[in-house]
Amino acid sequence: MAGQVYWEDVEEGLEIRELVKTPSTRQLVQWAGASGDFYEIHYDKDFAQGTGLEDVIVHGALKNAFLGQLVTDWMGERGILKKLSCQYRGMDVADDTLICKGTVTRKYVEDSRHMVDCRIWIENGKGERTTPGSATVILPSQSR
Amino acid sequence: MAAQNTFLTEEMRQRAIGIEAESLVLEVEKGHIRRFAEAIDDPNPQSSDEVMARKSPNGGIVAPPTFLRAARVERPELPFDLPFTRTLDGGSEWEYFEPIRAGDIITAKARISDIIERSGRLGPMIITTIDHTYSNQLNEVVATQRTTYIRY
Repeated sequence: MAGQVYWEDVEEGLEIRELVKTPSTRQLVQWAGASGDFYEIHYDKDFAQGTGLEDVIVHGALKNAFLGQLVTDWMGERGILKKLSCQYRGMDVADDTLICKGTVTRKYVEDSRHMVDCRIWIENGKGERTTPGSATVILPSQSR
Repeated sequence: MAAQNTFLTEEMRQRAIGIEAESLVLEVEKGHIRRFAEAIDDPNPQSSDEVMARKSPNGGIVAPPTFLRAARVERPELPFDLPFTRTLDGGSEWEYFEPIRAGDIITAKARISDIIERSGRLGPMIITTIDHTYSNQLNEVVATQRTTYIRY
């Protein structure tokens, strides 16, 4: 992991280091086990196609978790995640390349905490933003 | 807006809002945290490496941000039937107050905070907003989660 990011290092508009994921059916099964969501559309191709889907689809919750990792990787061990949200606007199929991205939208001090708001999203292999969201983190400050 | 609703009357909305699911308890196990992080393919040592995690500001293993969905609290049941069979998860908004540690005993609650009818690309749909509250054994709220659930 890269070094700790400090609030002073951050500017509005800064791009967060992207995180690339290519969830295989195997990973979706692993996620099903770890999260307890065993809905068959996520690992049984016949079942998924029977419901009209082209292939097994990635759990929305796994995409939420990928975006969580995007932010926790970036903020480092001294950062504190306060808010994390995303909307499942489009479905993503297994084995597609999902790129998690983010930019800093606001930097401010609140109750003497050094806060940063980010816009975050997942872009699939077709360049579609299927999973837009936002995050708020507290970063350490070099001033104390 | 309410006047145009076909499936959901104001009276039905008011009956649904406030309904809670039965709360449930999740004991947070270290191995479960590690398996959850592995399923994300998240190598963060704070969730998997006891030695590194001890040296970090959290002072021990903590769960990844969305771990609490493994509590799998049931969605509160609507007090009426709707003629839709297909469902979609609309999204999730988390807010965090305390780290979630191995050994924590988390009580998960879910309550319907809103329900509306909309017409969209998929035709008419019912969007339910559910507020989840997760508290630990010290009665601290560790996180809240607002989810939306779409029937169409």
